[in-house]
Amino acid sequence: MSESATASLSADDQLLIAGDWSAAVLPTLDSLFTTLLETEGPLKVDVTSVTVWDPRLEAKLLHLQRLAYAGQRQLELLGTPDSQTQLFKLATAVAPYAGTAATSSGLFTLKNLRSTLADIGDDLLESLEFLGATTSAVLRTLLGRSGMRRREFIESLAQAGPQAMGIITLTSVLVGMILAYLGAAQLQQFGAAVFVADLVAIGMLREMGALMTAIVMAGRTGAAYAAQLSTMQTNEEIDAITTLGINPLEFLVVPRMLALLLMMPLLVVYADALGIVGGAVVAGGMGVTPLQYISQLDSAITITHFLVGVVKGLIFALLIAIAGCRAGMNAGRNSEAVGRATTEAVVTAVVYLIVADAAINILCQLLGI
Amino acid sequence: MTEAVISVRELTMAYGSRLIQQDVSFDVMRGDIFVIMGGSGCGKSTLLKHLLGLLEPAKGEIVYGEQNFTRSGPGERQKLRQNWGITYQSGGLISAMSLADNVALPLEQYSNYSKADIRDIVALKLALVGLDGYQEFLPAEISGGMRKRAALARAIALDPDILFFDEPSAGLDPISSRRLDDLILQLKESTGASVVMVTHELPSIFAIANNAIYLDADSKRMIESGNPSWMREHSEHAVVRQFLNRAAEQAAAGGDS
Ligand SMILES: Nc1ncnc2c1ncn2[C@@H]1O[C@H](COP(=O)(O)OP(=O)(O)O)[C@@H](O)[C@H]1O
Ligand SMILES: [Mg+2]
Repeated sequence: MSESATASLSADDQLLIAGDWSAAVLPTLDSLFTTLLETEGPLKVDVTSVTVWDPRLEAKLLHLQRLAYAGQRQLELLGTPDSQTQLFKLATAVAPYAGTAATSSGLFTLKNLRSTLADIGDDLLESLEFLGATTSAVLRTLLGRSGMRRREFIESLAQAGPQAMGIITLTSVLVGMILAYLGAAQLQQFGAAVFVADLVAIGMLREMGALMTAIVMAGRTGAAYAAQLSTMQTNEEIDAITTLGINPLEFLVVPRMLALLLMMPLLVVYADALGIVGGAVVAGGMGVTPLQYISQLDSAITITHFLVGVVKGLIFALLIAIAGCRAGMNAGRNSEAVGRATTEAVVTAVVYLIVADAAINILCQLLGI
Repeated sequence: MTEAVISVRELTMAYGSRLIQQDVSFDVMRGDIFVIMGGSGCGKSTLLKHLLGLLEPAKGEIVYGEQNFTRSGPGERQKLRQNWGITYQSGGLISAMSLADNVALPLEQYSNYSKADIRDIVALKLALVGLDGYQEFLPAEISGGMRKRAALARAIALDPDILFFDEPSAGLDPISSRRLDDLILQLKESTGASVVMVTHELPSIFAIANNAIYLDADSKRMIESGNPSWMREHSEHAVVRQFLNRAAEQAAAGGDS
């Protein structure tokens, strides 16, 4: 057994470190470092009598070296064996990086909430800027003076429309059924089960058809747009497009935005219809005959309700496209950027959708629509 | 008579508040093969993107011939860019387009050639890089080395005056990368273009460069410029000599194989 580890400050302000530093329990060095740093002149550490070295001691000495560096002091290590000197040289060859890494946002706090609100504000401004730039690109496209390619547009159309039908079918039927159950339970108490048809029709047409479709499309198409565009950013495709004299907004964003604007109203109508069918199934279970349901629908469905939903769909399409394309175009250059862009696209879009929906409903209320 | 085709004057580059390089000044002469060297992360690609106008200087200016590029508007910049051919470090081929469409892009954009002519020129350019017959392949369907060559074909589609390459041979095996160097040299000789090339993988440097600068990551400055063979022996900076001697060993080793 070699003697145990010790550390002490000598009379002439040298730090003496000795013994076997591989032991489980070691003397603490931090307070000794503090005292040592309060002395004048170069910091002297004598390690001649260390019998067994250990990474923990090496790490501590590196820490001391960093402290010395920060205080612009010289550190003299006396009696280090060659292997240790080499190691130390390697570890101190490059000064520690002074910048900071991106900090994680941490847990939810009030401060977080405030900064989240501020972020949303900034975000909104940026989105408006993006919308402005895109609008002029759309205008150039409509005037036939743009770099948009037909193929890009057709592919976007397929992505925004037919490929989304399956999931829209499922969600719409289910939402129609949920609305019917919700209403039926109440209406039956008054013996007015037949009014379920009104509830489902108006609920789907004005509200749920557009909103549910939009949320599905935000998660599907908006996220896909963000992933595609940020991959192109990482791949320097957008740089290449720019230097080839093509406006990336016209080439990449306009076709995606137009495709979504074109497809959303159709999907909303489709969702409305399926929701009403879903409602009929539930109503049937409550004793409402198909004929009663249909004749009730006839009075419930008005062109206004229908148009409110379709207009909402158009506005939602715009918001989803902006959130997705902006997140993609502004993504960073590393491989994590793609993941971050898709998350941002979906989260931003969903927030925009719900805020917009509320605003439109309030506006309709005020206008008596 | 040589004249500067590119003059960079006291260029300082930063991403937001993060300084990358400061006070970089150099000239690229007509017919030069000019190499931007330096360790990875020192800002070579960043410098190239400033030359291309994809990033704006924090300070300083870039001048092409008589035209101050930094102060030019988008239209004027675009006119200059018509005479450039560019390959990017990560490829930059449009992933949704076939190789033929990629190579045709600059022709459609900047020339008045007919569709049939464009198709023929595309075949020629692909043949020059050994990829004729791959017209309908998407970039994802070919190997990394082939993608680099396809990018080269797109870069030379319009017989540019200036070629910009960002690490054209990085990531390739030694033999392919040597072939690509040879190809660049031949293309340069047959078109008389000036070449600005970023590389840190360096058999290329001695093989083809006649002028070079070295960007240092620690001091964030351009610490050396001149002919690379001269630099290897006479640079006052140990890092530059080391960098180039390591490169020379690689080149020698590559030559044996
Ligand atoms: N878009 C960007 N935003 C912020 N920092 C970047 C960006 N691109 C590159 N950087 C950073 O700038 C430095 C130089 O990058 P780059 O020019 O790509 O180096 P290289 O010399 O290897 O080509 C690196 O530290 C890199 O992390
Ligand atoms: Mg690079």
